[in-house]
Amino acid sequence: MNFSSLFASGAEWVRPDGPHHEIVISSRIRLARNLRGHPFPGWAKKNNRLQILELIKPEVEALPEMENAYSSYLQELSPIEKQLLVERHLISREHAAKGAGSAVVVNKKASLSIMINEEDHLRMQVLRPGLQLRSAFKALDKVDTALEAKLDYAFHSQLGYLTACPTNVGTGMRASAMIHLPGLVLSEQINQVIQAINKIGLAVRGLYGEGTEAMGNLFQISNQITLGEPEEEIIAELNKVIEKIIENEENARQVLLQKKPETLMDNIGRGFGILSHAYAMTSKEALNLLSFLKLGVDLGFFPPERQKEIDELFIITQPAHLQSNASQQKLTPEERDILRAEIIREKLKAFPPPNTSKIVLKRPPTEEIK
Amino acid sequence: MVCDVCKTNQATVFLTQIIDGKMQKVNLCEACSKEKGVTDPLSFALIDLLPGLGAETEVEQGAPVQRCPACGFSQADFKKTGRLGCPVCYDTFAEGLGGLLKAMHRRTTHTGKIPARLKRSMEFGARVKQLKTDLDKAVSEENYEAAAQLRDQLRELEKAK
Repeated sequence: MNFSSLFASGAEWVRPDGPHHEIVISSRIRLARNLRGHPFPGWAKKNNRLQILELIKPEVEALPEMENAYSSYLQELSPIEKQLLVERHLISREHAAKGAGSAVVVNKKASLSIMINEEDHLRMQVLRPGLQLRSAFKALDKVDTALEAKLDYAFHSQLGYLTACPTNVGTGMRASAMIHLPGLVLSEQINQVIQAINKIGLAVRGLYGEGTEAMGNLFQISNQITLGEPEEEIIAELNKVIEKIIENEENARQVLLQKKPETLMDNIGRGFGILSHAYAMTSKEALNLLSFLKLGVDLGFFPPERQKEIDELFIITQPAHLQSNASQQKLTPEERDILRAEIIREKLKAFPPPNTSKIVLKRPPTEEIK
Repeated sequence: MVCDVCKTNQATVFLTQIIDGKMQKVNLCEACSKEKGVTDPLSFALIDLLPGLGAETEVEQGAPVQRCPACGFSQADFKKTGRLGCPVCYDTFAEGLGGLLKAMHRRTTHTGKIPARLKRSMEFGARVKQLKTDLDKAVSEENYEAAAQLRDQLRELEKAK
């Protein structure tokens, strides 16, 4: 499969379905594995990395899950193509910086991606829409079991799977969910929630993982501990916490609807107004405003079938996606902002204005005319 | 011994710090130590602020820098990158890593998935060990009937291997 068909088919995890899809955008499981008897990619010499790559890549491509897969060496990808893969969450930003000696293999549905020679020899991930950590783990565990029969993994009787960074040793597993929390942000409870999550040993990060800013009220929550707990327990624990956050977010939305309907309607209405009429828009502004449109769908201000278009806009307004749609060579940031606004205006033309007829506003009491 | 800073007064405060596996010593007089605010042994890092002192008084320890026999990685490399060199590094630097892993993960023993191949050999090893312990016990208790049975079981296992 070539690069463009990978993107034509669309990412499975972008589909607006899956359990709790109103709040949980996607679930992801990542496993880190290394080969015994070889230095980790960051310490290996180039010829060593190339040797490891040729040991692993054929086995990955031979997986039944990788039938008709997309497979590429990193040096064969243009900067735009790399960025597109990052925006689709198929490779990490760290992997995008790699050249010769690294590769990526993505299955046809773009739900399974395997990075070779990222920070570890193997970084495999399964992405699913909605809250589906358990089924994502099951799918990836199967891939891992198939690979371990072919590759000699570095495994320590006490420490488990050995990884380049000690923060991943043990299970080598990072489970995470991307959650949309506009209610908790608007009601100013988000910092409290993040602190509580951190306290129980889970991490909260921005849209593109470690060290990235939270935009569009999107947060990534993941386990930090990888040693001393079995995979299933880590996932069960994370699931429990996410379900609790979903409950908090739903409550926050209900409270806002009842106590501060104007705040909600103002944000959603402004979001709709600006998105429908702006002629230049940064990616950050777009994400933040689209978040309120998404909230508007969840709350019934827009027809539910509009969800799909909004989810699509979240993706296609990202810088590399815009560039790949542009006919000309390289867009400047200003040109990108103009193109982004144009695409959004076009999409929202057929969008009905927010329907707020169901909301009862408590107007301040006016003096009766005598 | 004179003070490393003023080079005149008698040094009465002796500080030792280990940085990147190298020992650094600084000797200060009462006045200079107060002036530099290093009276508190917990504020060791302040030593770094003393101009030029760190490098000049660097004392090489007798032991050479520890390197991983498999990949040549050193502890200084770990300090720089936060990543290890190869799987063997986990054994090479086990001592230093122990505390780090405990701080990161709270626990230090893997309880999750085990590759099938290893699982079989680990289970096999554990079974053999158990049988041998039981056999020794049976012999010491002069329970020869049980001992004979255990010996046969052990032979079976060895054959199956």
